Amino acid sequence: MAERQTIWSFHGGLHLDDHKEESNQRPVQDLPLPRRLILPLQQHIGQSAEPVVEVGESVKKGQTVARAPDYVSAPVHAPTSGRVLEIEAMPIAHPSGLSDTCIVIEPDGDDAWGELPEPMTEFTVQSAADLRERIRWAGIVGMGGAAFPTAVKVNTGGQTGIDTLVINAAECEPYITCDDALMRERADDVIDGAAIVRHLIGARQCLIGIEDNKPEAAAALRQAIADKADSETEVVVVPTRYPSGGEKQLIRLLTGREVPSNGLPAAIGVLCQNVATAVAVADAVLRGRPLIDRIVTLSGAGVRQPGNFRVTLGTPIDFLIAQAGGYSDQAHQLLLGGPMMGFGLHTDQVPVTKAANCVLALSAAEAPEPPAERPCIRCGECVQVCPAQLLPQQMFWHARAHDFDRIQEYHLFDCIECGCCAHVCPANIPLVHYYRYAKTEIWTQERDREKSDLARRRHEARQERLERLEQERKSRLRKKKEALDKKSGGGAGDAKKAAIQAAMQRVAEKKAAQQAESQTSGSD
Amino acid sequence: MQFVTHSSPHLVGPKSVTQVMGLVLLALVPGTLALVWYFGWGVLINLVIATVSAVAAEAAVLRLRRRPVGTTLIDLSAIVTAWLLALALPPLLPWWQTVTGTVFAIVIAKQLFGGIGFNPFNPAMAGYVLLLVSFPVTMTRWLPPDVISGDAVSLADSLHMIFSGTPPLGQTWDAITSATPLDQMRTELSQNRMISEIRQSPLWGDFGGLGWEWIGNWFLLGGLFLIWRRVISWRIPVSMLGALLLIAGLFWMIDPETHPYPAFHLFSGGAILGAFFIATDPVSASTTPRGQLVYGALIGLFVFIIRTWGGYPDAVAFSVLLLNMAAPTIDYYTQPRVFGQPGDRDA
Repeated sequence: MAERQTIWSFHGGLHLDDHKEESNQRPVQDLPLPRRLILPLQQHIGQSAEPVVEVGESVKKGQTVARAPDYVSAPVHAPTSGRVLEIEAMPIAHPSGLSDTCIVIEPDGDDAWGELPEPMTEFTVQSAADLRERIRWAGIVGMGGAAFPTAVKVNTGGQTGIDTLVINAAECEPYITCDDALMRERADDVIDGAAIVRHLIGARQCLIGIEDNKPEAAAALRQAIADKADSETEVVVVPTRYPSGGEKQLIRLLTGREVPSNGLPAAIGVLCQNVATAVAVADAVLRGRPLIDRIVTLSGAGVRQPGNFRVTLGTPIDFLIAQAGGYSDQAHQLLLGGPMMGFGLHTDQVPVTKAANCVLALSAAEAPEPPAERPCIRCGECVQVCPAQLLPQQMFWHARAHDFDRIQEYHLFDCIECGCCAHVCPANIPLVHYYRYAKTEIWTQERDREKSDLARRRHEARQERLERLEQERKSRLRKKKEALDKKSGGGAGDAKKAAIQAAMQRVAEKKAAQQAESQTSGSD
Repeated sequence: MQFVTHSSPHLVGPKSVTQVMGLVLLALVPGTLALVWYFGWGVLINLVIATVSAVAAEAAVLRLRRRPVGTTLIDLSAIVTAWLLALALPPLLPWWQTVTGTVFAIVIAKQLFGGIGFNPFNPAMAGYVLLLVSFPVTMTRWLPPDVISGDAVSLADSLHMIFSGTPPLGQTWDAITSATPLDQMRTELSQNRMISEIRQSPLWGDFGGLGWEWIGNWFLLGGLFLIWRRVISWRIPVSMLGALLLIAGLFWMIDPETHPYPAFHLFSGGAILGAFFIATDPVSASTTPRGQLVYGALIGLFVFIIRTWGGYPDAVAFSVLLLNMAAPTIDYYTQPRVFGQPGDRDA
């Protein structure tokens, strides 16, 4: 395997304290099963899954408990054997803090597997459609945080232009080490999973992008590649710089190609998958196992024993934290995801889902209260660090002015919300917050516009219909009248008319006679 | 357990506006000390008068506008404005003129537009131009550097002149003050004297005016410090000084007897101070990388044009204000290529 020469670069980015040592010093620990598992039906982008079990029903480990009703969706499986306690709206991990329907399972302790599909050990002889179907069955979604259904992502629609599979092992956010731990532990499965996806999409090569702060993981992967004599897969070590793990940034680092604005990586012949997703694919294809657990990093000064844990999906976060020795008295903020792009949780009574890579209990020193926002002094620090090469200060100006047309001229929708701009802002402006607000407003406006367009079209259609009906009615009446006129063409009608005519003539004659009489009498 | 939630990112960076402004003040220290060294106590007195009136004016307007006074004053921007203005003023300017300029800069040019971040013009330069237009006599009455006059004006004399507006007993203004090298050059050139003759005067050093050139060097040091600390980008100073050198060099090569040598332009007036500290005021300058190059270069060009053919000897203030007006337009037409958009990769 030849060493790659070129590592490209992307604009901007930050050197952050990586805080990886807190959680990557010990091997992954298996978390016991909690008393109750809470499985949200919506753990992915797309349509919510539909429950296929009843309350009170017994389920086996790996049994599908909610099916995918739509193409862009993912099923949910029972992570252990037990009984369905309830199917109810429960708090879930979401920035809105809202609840969503969840299936609650009480484990019976047997952890007994149900029936599983046959492993496809010889995946190279399988058709792409069969492999996709298996990935779809397993409920696999992007495990780096995006949670987009993998079966949809790997469906290239028969397009053959994709030459490169990029496996995202950068893990650029501070604190998070779950992918690092996974690669050290299951390097073989990473390479197998990558090989399956590469075969599936017909890519010529596979590049695994990993930051240089994970030398053990990179070595493990290289060893696995050497063991398998896989000459098409290559580990590429990139410098540690946030956000190198952003899909567009990593593709640029590894291939020098830029994903077009408003486009997908497929447009430049690349498909990108997270390293944990690759392992889940290997599990599904080679072992016939659905996605029912994942490695979660628990870190921050707010927990007593930070580390990586193999967590059964549906495990409440408070249980995870209790198993890790509980909170330290410094716990101040609870985050799901990394400190740059993750979101705050109001409560720890929400379950771990497929895309939950990291839970952080940060101290006030690590994640201080945001200092008071000051006016922008247009210093341009944000321009220096923006990996999308945007002008954050201009976008901020227009977001504040509610000028949503102008802000789109500054390519608001190319913003990846990495948070670099807000991090360096000397005026402490929560820039990403403003951009999210602007995006939401624009989406709302678009929806409203669509709605009003639809209403207008409906109104116009109704007007047209009413007019048409009116005209039809009129023409019907006219026809009827004409028909009537024709019918009464000769007979009784004329006699009546003649009679009226005669009567009117008589009246007129009488009037004339009276007038003449009064004139004569007046002249007397 | 319940937690507070905030919008991402959750890590807070180390920089603050106060720190940025503090670094600018720090970077001004060497040049300021050099000014004091060559021109005496008047420079310091001006600094104190300007600082006090700037802080008072800012506090008063903030109170009138019902804005938080303490947390805003602590951003130090009013002091930076006061300092930049004071450094541009003649050392013996009557105190009330310094106060007028400073109050105009803070109240009219800054706060009436909305305060820090919203002023379209550089407040210090707006104040300077107001004074230059209103009080042309006192504003062009500079001192000769100590290296020429041989004896410094004493603290008592400085205070007397600044606060009474009259020269010390038995002396005249003409005996004490002198024109700036830029002014001198202008006047003598207009009398059809040749550069080689003009440079016979003891007012001239190696590059620019005697004394002045060293002040320029000390401000340059402060400017490099700001670039090193990433408070300012290199683009505006380099393009401004580069354009000034280029165009001055061009005319000097055409006729070195009627056009001063390029280094003269750099080291005689406020070019260095202007390039590193005034044109780089982020609020009123261009902010796109390419825009900053255009903005700086045009300031350099205007400095040369106004110095050579305009009605005033120094031109940094006018040029900066002119380009302040053009900055939004420059920014609009020099937007960088966004990632994933077609176009030049390196732009």
